[in-house]
Amino acid sequence: MADVTFTVDGKKLTAAAGTLLIEACRKAGIEIPAFCYYPGLSLQAACRMCVVRQEKVGKLQTACTTTVAEGQVFITESEEIAQARKATIQMLLGNHPLDCPVCDAGGECEVQDMTFKYGAGESLYAEAKQHREEQQWSPAVYFDRPRCILCYRCVRMCGEGMDVWALGIQNRGVTSVIAPNEGDHLDCEQCGMCIDVCPVGALTSGSYRYKTRPWEMTHVSTVCTHCGDGCKVTLGIRQSNDGSEIVRADNRDKGGINGDFLCAKGRFGFDFVESPDRLNTPLVRNTQGKLEPATWEHALTTAANKLKEIRDNRGGSAIGVIGSNRTTNEENYLLQKFARTVLGTNNIDHQRTADYAAFARALAGQSGKTAGLRDIGAAPAILLVGGDPTQEHPLLAWALRTDVRLNRARIYVANARNIKLERQAKAVLHLTADGYHNLAATLDAGSNDFSKAVLAEESLVVVLGPECPGTAIESLVAWGLKRANVKFALLGDHTNSRGAADMGLFPDLLPGYIPVSTPAAFAEYPGLQAGAGKTLPEMLIAAGANQLDALLIVGADPVATTRMASESLKNTFVIVQDLFLTETAALADVVFPAASLYEKSGTVTNAFGDVQLVKKAADRAGVKSDFEILVRLANAMGIEVKSLVPFSKRGTSADLGQTRGAQAGEADRSAVWLTANNLEPRLSPFDPLAILDEIARLVPGYELDRMNLYAGNDVRTELGATPGFVPVSALHNSSLIAPAHDTLFTSGTLGQYSSALHELEEHQKNDVATTAAD
Amino acid sequence: MPRLVSHPDEVKIVSRRFGMGAANIDRYIELGGYAAAKKCLEQGPDWVINEMKTSNLRGRGGAGFPAGMKWSFVPKQSAKPKYVLVNGDESEPGTCKDHLIFLHDPHAVIEGTIIAGLAIGAKLGFIYLRGEYRYLIEIVEKAVADAYLKGYLGKNIFGTETEFQIITQTGAGAYEVGEESALMESLEGKRGVPRIKPPFPAVVGLYGGPTVINNAETIATVPHVIDMGGEAYAAVGSARNGGTRLFGVSGHVERPGVYELPMGYNLKKIVYEVAGGVRGGRKLKAVVPGGSSTPVLLPEEIETLGMDFDQVGKAGSMLGSGGVVVIDDQTCMVEFALRTISFYQHESCGWCIPCREGTDWLKKSLTRFHAGFGEAKDIDNIQYLAENMLGRTFCPLGDAAAMPTIAFVKKFRKEFEDHLNGKPCPYAKHTEMAVI
Repeated sequence: MADVTFTVDGKKLTAAAGTLLIEACRKAGIEIPAFCYYPGLSLQAACRMCVVRQEKVGKLQTACTTTVAEGQVFITESEEIAQARKATIQMLLGNHPLDCPVCDAGGECEVQDMTFKYGAGESLYAEAKQHREEQQWSPAVYFDRPRCILCYRCVRMCGEGMDVWALGIQNRGVTSVIAPNEGDHLDCEQCGMCIDVCPVGALTSGSYRYKTRPWEMTHVSTVCTHCGDGCKVTLGIRQSNDGSEIVRADNRDKGGINGDFLCAKGRFGFDFVESPDRLNTPLVRNTQGKLEPATWEHALTTAANKLKEIRDNRGGSAIGVIGSNRTTNEENYLLQKFARTVLGTNNIDHQRTADYAAFARALAGQSGKTAGLRDIGAAPAILLVGGDPTQEHPLLAWALRTDVRLNRARIYVANARNIKLERQAKAVLHLTADGYHNLAATLDAGSNDFSKAVLAEESLVVVLGPECPGTAIESLVAWGLKRANVKFALLGDHTNSRGAADMGLFPDLLPGYIPVSTPAAFAEYPGLQAGAGKTLPEMLIAAGANQLDALLIVGADPVATTRMASESLKNTFVIVQDLFLTETAALADVVFPAASLYEKSGTVTNAFGDVQLVKKAADRAGVKSDFEILVRLANAMGIEVKSLVPFSKRGTSADLGQTRGAQAGEADRSAVWLTANNLEPRLSPFDPLAILDEIARLVPGYELDRMNLYAGNDVRTELGATPGFVPVSALHNSSLIAPAHDTLFTSGTLGQYSSALHELEEHQKNDVATTAAD
Repeated sequence: MPRLVSHPDEVKIVSRRFGMGAANIDRYIELGGYAAAKKCLEQGPDWVINEMKTSNLRGRGGAGFPAGMKWSFVPKQSAKPKYVLVNGDESEPGTCKDHLIFLHDPHAVIEGTIIAGLAIGAKLGFIYLRGEYRYLIEIVEKAVADAYLKGYLGKNIFGTETEFQIITQTGAGAYEVGEESALMESLEGKRGVPRIKPPFPAVVGLYGGPTVINNAETIATVPHVIDMGGEAYAAVGSARNGGTRLFGVSGHVERPGVYELPMGYNLKKIVYEVAGGVRGGRKLKAVVPGGSSTPVLLPEEIETLGMDFDQVGKAGSMLGSGGVVVIDDQTCMVEFALRTISFYQHESCGWCIPCREGTDWLKKSLTRFHAGFGEAKDIDNIQYLAENMLGRTFCPLGDAAAMPTIAFVKKFRKEFEDHLNGKPCPYAKHTEMAVI
């Protein structure tokens, strides 16, 4: 709409006609207080805090419902307005318990802030307050009615935002109360968004309530470790006896790709880091065949000596390496470099959850054809092929719902399953389980209403679910590339599934999907083998057949995921880096206790190619990041560390002592300034950022916008940046792809150790199911 | 059935058929019914709206908005269906006029709805009845069914190509749904809370379609306006206030009841002549002119006061819904204020803070104050609270609670002061005090 000019407090402002006054003012730096107004949700005008004076209008007007028009004149602060706001707060506080000293929201409360600003300091009433006992609605959500100011943000967020509609309003007048539609409990996705939007301490989180005061925490913005969406999450950190603990996860920093959103896993599923099952010390199998605690030095020496011995006597091909979907890009890059240059093997793979290699092959030579989450959230039309975003990619589901709600986007769902997002879909096409192969042809034919509607779209984002086999990915991408304005995304399951693929955790592909047979720039890797190595199943088979002498497994649990017989690893020397004594770790000869994503720095790439900075938030005595473990392992094998991690022009091995500063992110904080001043950031060999330059130099698509990355913004990596590199390979067939199909409450290994997620899953399974049966 | 009253000064237009068995459709027709609808079918919408404008018929719900004007706001072309909505959620304390219309003359409402539908080009009308009037729904439903049988409602009304249907519905018992947009929410099956305006119902109303919503008395008056002609109807009343209106006179009078009087009729005469004066020869203390939400008037303020929207407004109160409540000298005004605010506290929908919290604190403060535990500053607090609700709430319910409260404190401050320091109330028996 055309811009209009209007006056606010004597200042001339310009905004598109029809903009809400409250938004126009906020953009101009004029704060208008509001409890019920929440951007993106329906308007309420219920709290009456945003009242302003409009020239030539009798009553005070609510800025949240007033749309700006040419020539209007507004006053947003005056004695009259301040008095109106003060009186509203006085009335609110009359029934408010004023239990701020023990309230979770104390210090982060909008009613406190407004009382502070407008000064309703004196109580006018002597009568009893409305009181109700607090209620527990689920393991995650508690409700303190007396603190509630009835802004209805929670009701709207749950209904409009989440499309869950679990909350409503009971009674009327002063006895009005927010209540679950199921009566006394919530049947919902347990996302905790209601807690997040609550301006006061009425809705509190089961995991955080009464744990700390907000000002006792430091807040670290990092990336969630669970699914492949890569939500930005702010962790509230408090000092503890053995380091520092995470007491809260929320989305305080609403500037990330997730905007307002965070799901149950992101919000409550951080407690695995505090699990009593966490490994805190290396374990080495003793002569009696039992795993026993060992010093880092002993464990590193044991592992290094064995690896060196096997490599020197049997060759690198006798060693296999399995990487992780959860470790950072730098760790993945380092792991494959370690495998290929130190161990001398291409036997490296990871548990693939989506066929990114096929995706990269299909997009070879194309640029600007992949869609990031921000692209999807603003796309006018989306074709969703497979996948169940509501369960597996909650942020994508949120972005799609929001796009439909606010931008009237059209969603087309083609799926073999019934998914909840069909509720927002303009058209749905039910496929057979192998129907993904023919979808491109069906669309081309344009013979049904679904394909006609899709073909009528002028621009489209095609989102491919993990169950799409490589052939379907290729045919659908080929179909889309024939059309103008089509972008693509492929859904991988875990926090860095995409990064694992991008960083070359493949037996035949180097980082950037470059074949080992034609290594191009990677020819600089010393001792790089030209032949493809073994895939993950091949390595396990080889181990069972006594043809693999050692296996280095980082952040993966193949014994559990492949349901293989545990004896088959009997004669293989197994080294595991993990957080827990997983089924695989329990069979290992050396186990290194690894740091979680919340305890280290680096970058991760979400399923959509949005790269974000991971910042060390918590700290845990005894564990080390996988990056550091690999560097130390190489060092123990006698490798010149600088050849592996070019950590500094002047750096020496002596810098191995410099660990804490690096992981605490000190380097990255000053890196912006140092880089801007043309100085070399002084990095530790354990600082993952030390390898960023090498990644940028060697890996197509990873010449990232470093300044924005360091500043905490998401930056794009594009697949297919380098043309013609990816050949079809027998090492990429759909049998190698195993989507995790995690739900809202499961998250692979990490989920198994999260009691919060277990409780939520139990609640949904038992409590909710029981009531439903009644 | 409530006893009907009458007085020679009455001009019976809306109440013309009261007590004559007009709930029976044949009797209604015999008494001239449905002629107006037929006439409107012949004359067309523009003529109808013009007659309505000429009649100066102003909304009988309380706001007094000219009905013809309201109808003319409905867009002629609309992608969404248009609707006529009859607001029969009569709930304002002191008001009991629509009740009689539904009881004695339901077909007038149906006929008025048909005419409104013709005027705006709607094919569907809804008659929404107050939840507590559920016992009247059978009468209205029977009347609607009879109209269908006669062919006055349906696909081809009165044998023409024109379609008009009527659906009846009762509320669930909430004063708030008397507010037009809350009524629409309720009718759509949602929680009865008001909507943000604009858009106004004439543009975006029921189910998102352009909607004319009128009070039941307004709608029941429409056939009479057509019968008499707009000009003749306007001539009955005072300037810019066409016709008559039903005044429900209650309280301490000899002959309480519903009287139909021309607009502009003197209030003092209503109290002393039409309703027979203050009961038992007592002295008049105050009059609430138009339902409990209108500010109370002192005896000296009603001397020459003509009962129309403009004159009562000028006197600092409102004509409202025409519920005249007469208060004698043995009434405690603090108790009266408490009883009034108790109603609004009970009926506040809770949507916005000033109304939800304000009505509750007013009730709590007044309860304590009336019980003899007040302090001097409470009087100011009560006034402060009411003044800070006024004009700040989402819908007029907050104003309806605040306006009378402010008037009670301002005009009867001495009575409030007489309650201080544990003094016995000189006006009423506190022991009988019961707050609902």
